[in-house]
This record gives sequence, structure tokens and C-alpha cells, in this order.
Amino acid sequence: MAEQAIPGWKKWLEGSGDQVIFLKGFFRNVFRGGFEWSEFVRQCYEIGYKSFMLVGTTAFIMGLVLALQLRPTLVNFGAVSMLPKSLAVSIVREIGPIITAMICAGKIGSGIGAELGSMKVTEQIGAMEVSGANPIQYLVVTRILATTLMVPVLTLLGDVLGLLGGFLAINITSSVSAMLYFNKCLASIDFTDFLPAFIKTIFFGFVIGFVGCYKGYNSNRGTESVGLAANSAVVTASLWIFVIDAIVVQISSLLFYR
Amino acid sequence: MLSWFRLAVYFFIVNMKETEKVSQKKGNSSETVIHIKGLKKSFGANDVLKNINLDVKRGENVVILGKSGTGKSVTIQCIVGALVPDGGEVEVFGEEVAALKEKQLKELRMKIGFLFQSGALYDSMTVRENLEFPLTRVLKLKDQSDINNRVEEVLENVGLSDAIDKMPSDLSGGMRKRVGLARTLIVNPEIMLYDEPTTGLDPITSREISELILQMQKKYKTTSIIITHDMECADITADRVVIMNDGEYIAEGSVAELKNSKDGLVRSFFKSTL
Ligand SMILES: Nc1ncnc2c1ncn2[C@@H]1O[C@H](COP(=O)(O)OP(=O)(O)OP(=O)(O)O)[C@@H](O)[C@H]1O
Ligand SMILES: [Mg+2]
Repeated sequence: MAEQAIPGWKKWLEGSGDQVIFLKGFFRNVFRGGFEWSEFVRQCYEIGYKSFMLVGTTAFIMGLVLALQLRPTLVNFGAVSMLPKSLAVSIVREIGPIITAMICAGKIGSGIGAELGSMKVTEQIGAMEVSGANPIQYLVVTRILATTLMVPVLTLLGDVLGLLGGFLAINITSSVSAMLYFNKCLASIDFTDFLPAFIKTIFFGFVIGFVGCYKGYNSNRGTESVGLAANSAVVTASLWIFVIDAIVVQISSLLFYR
Repeated sequence: MLSWFRLAVYFFIVNMKETEKVSQKKGNSSETVIHIKGLKKSFGANDVLKNINLDVKRGENVVILGKSGTGKSVTIQCIVGALVPDGGEVEVFGEEVAALKEKQLKELRMKIGFLFQSGALYDSMTVRENLEFPLTRVLKLKDQSDINNRVEEVLENVGLSDAIDKMPSDLSGGMRKRVGLARTLIVNPEIMLYDEPTTGLDPITSREISELILQMQKKYKTTSIIITHDMECADITADRVVIMNDGEYIAEGSVAELKNSKDGLVRSFFKSTL
């Protein structure tokens, strides 16, 4: 037993060391000249545009369901007028960011892991390295920066569509004008709701890109490792997203909601 | 008017001398460009390379023969620093590869062309973009018409001019191999490492590729290591053949010498195909 536990730990520690080195490589290459703009824009398009429908639909449904679920409870307390406020706060602070991040981890993270994994297995990354080009700059930096930019953007879209879903649910039972609803929503969200939530989505985006790239870039030889890279990219990124979420909630409640 | 003419003549002469110098430098055939001594490499418990010794002179074509899995690909990966040896020396242009810093290693790699066994084309790019990649990313060329000219020229050399806008997934195995070859040749490297350049190709294309390798050597004084199982390719290209077995070199010589070797194992490489 003990003999098996030690290599496991050793492997884990080695893995963390590799990740730190990979992270250092990323930062070194971000600030080096020759940034790959066209590839960056292409990645933003791939990542942002192609996840837009999925994120939008999911957020819309979540908003709708959330409103339908909240309503009876609020009616019991005679606080139906609080519905837009509670919707807005829960969507902007938590549901929007986390739903978007989870979907992106599943869709984008696995995509990056699989793509880089297969490039590794078919020696494309090796060929870039050996030719004297810089695969970290071309493949990794662009992807990580693209997710870091696009996940927050997608979250904003998700927030808006989630609130729209909530509006639809409210409109089923009682008729409220869209104007009034959105005014109420906006009035109930302030800076301290929005800012920490927005900042954490930047970290979510970074983690999704970083983990996907790391897993893909360091996958082993053999085709099965492509699937493994994609799979572990999703699992690890999801885990990190929750950890970051927990940390951000602690920090922001210390700062803002005492 | 006359002075302009004089100036032009002067530059012409200076230029001539420069080119002469360059070709002298390149043509110095006794210089050793790749020096491998006592090379060892294992993966876990798998001792792949045990004791490899090889010197390659400038402008020479060396063919490596050996059974599958004896570590031929591993050997040339050590030359470009893609794998780090466990022991022994690997020197290219007199510099120890494993000791190079990132920047120097990059400079060295710019002088070495590496044809991967699998071709290793970039899947997400068209053939043209594949060929432009080393030009724009490694040589940092900016002039688009120069880039286009080079791309078209090299594609013509490998006989694939009409595949220029295709995706790698639309090409046949042999075409992919030739594009891979074009992508390595396009930067005119001083050393070429070919990992099975003709495997999986029809006999006619194989012969063309072998001739192309020979041409490269003649035209650009390229130094090459060619790994192959194809005896005809070895016959056409080799100045010298080394045979590798079980992580060691067991024989060396010209094709004719090795064919008549006393060692049965050595002769068996030549028997099956010719
Ligand atoms: N990166 C690597 N990690 C682990 N093992 C490796 C690696 N590269 C090669 N090997 C192992 O080294 C041995 C030799 O491989 P290599 O690819 O050099 O063979 P080869 O002589 O080129 O054979 P072939 O003619 O089939 O290409 C094989 O057993 C292979 O599994
Ligand atoms: Mg091989």
C-alpha cells in the first residue's frame, strides 16, 4: 500500500512542478515580441462565437427555471415584488458565471485539450519545436488569452439571457412590462455585486485555457492519450473553477458584504 | 555615368568574392558537422540506445539502416535536442546540443531540417499555410511575393503544385509526405534529417524523392542523415551506410561493401529487396 502511495504523491508533485514551469513559459512568451494576432483573433472567434448559442440557451433556461422556482416561496412571504431583485442578484453573482464557466470548461476546455493532444500525438508540436518556431507562443498563448477574454464576455451574455429567461417566467404568471422588470433588476445590482463576479470570470477563463493547454501539450504518445487529455482538462478545470469560486466569495465578502 | 558603372563593377566583384567565401565555407568537406559519441538513451526500463558513435562530414549523405524499434528515430531526435540523451556526446557544428540555451538551440534548429516519419503536417492549415509557417515564424520573412515564390518553387520541386490550397486531410499519405518534405526544404537547411522519407510511397515517387535528396545535396551542399528501409533509396542517396541493431552500430561502409559483408545479419538487410 505504502509503496503505491509514494509514487502517486511523487507524480502529483512532479505534475505541479511541471504546471508551474508551463505557467512560467506562458508568461515569458506573452511579453516576448511577435504576438500572434491573427491566430488570437481566430481563437476568440472559435471560442466565443461557437459557444455563444450553448451558453445563451442554458442561461436562458436557468433564468426561467429559477424564476419559476423562486416565485412560490416569495409568494408565501408576500414578497413577490422581490422576485426581480433576487433573480438579478443570484444570476449576476453566481449562476451566470458558474454556468458559463462550467459549459466553457466542458466545451472549450475539452476542445483545446483534444486539439493540442492530437497535435502532440501526431508530432505537429514536435515539428514546430524542431523547426525553430515557438509553439508555446503560437498555440498556447493565443488560446489562453482567448479564453481569458471570451469567458467574461460570454458570461455577460449569459447574465443578460438569464434575466430574459426570468422575465419570460414572470410574464407567464403576471404581466410586467419589460422596461419595469429590467429597471428593477438593474437597480438591485450594484458595483459590489458585479465587480467580484466579473473578476472571477477572468480567472475562470484563464484556468479553462491553461488547463486545456497544459493537458493537451503534455499528453503522452498514443491515441488514447488524446481522449485522456480532453477528459482530464474538463475535470481539472471544473474543479479549479469551484475552488476559485469559493476563494473569491470569501475575499469579496470580507471586502464588501460585512 | 562612368563612375556609376565603376561602382557597379566594384560591387559585382565584391559580391563575387562574398559568394566565393560562402561556398568555400559550405564546401569544406572534411569538417565534421555532426559528432555523436557513446550516446545512451533509455525510456524507463527500455534501454533504447546503448552506445552510438557516428561522425558526419559536411556535404555527406549518411544512410542509417536498422530493424524497426532499434532507436533510429530516437537518435536523430537527440541531434535536434527534441530528446535529451542520458549519456554520451552529441555535437552539431562543434556545439554540445544538450548544453545549449534556449536561444542558441533555436538558432541551431533553424539550420537543421527534420522530416518526421509521419510528415507531421499542421492539420488546421492548408498546404500553403503549412509551407508559409516556417518562412514567417522562423525566418520572419515579411515580403509576401517572396514568400509566394518560395512556396510555389518548393511545391513544384516535390511535384505538388496543384495541391497548394488543399487541407492536409484531403491529401493522400504520399502527398502528405511530400508536403512535409517541402516544408522542411523550404528554409534551405544546412543539415537535413530524413526519417523514412520514402516509406509508404509508390516506387516511382520513392525514386523521385530519393533523387530529390541527392539534388539537395548537390545543389546546396546539404549534409543529410537518411533513415530508411528502402534499399533503392539507400542505393541512390548514400555516400555511406551505417547499420544499427539493438542500440548499437554494427557495421559501416558503402552499399557495395555491406552487401558483400561477412556478417550474415548485415547482408540480410540487402537480401530481401534486391
Ligand atoms: N518519446 C518516447 N517515449 C518513450 N519511448 C519512446 C519514445 N520514443 C521512442 N520510444 C521507444 O524507443 C524505441 C525505439 O523507437 P524508434 O522510434 O527510435 O524506433 P525506430 O528505429 O525509428 O523504428 P522504426 O523503423 O519503426 O521507425 C521504441 O521501443 C519506442 O517505444
Ligand atoms: Mg522511426
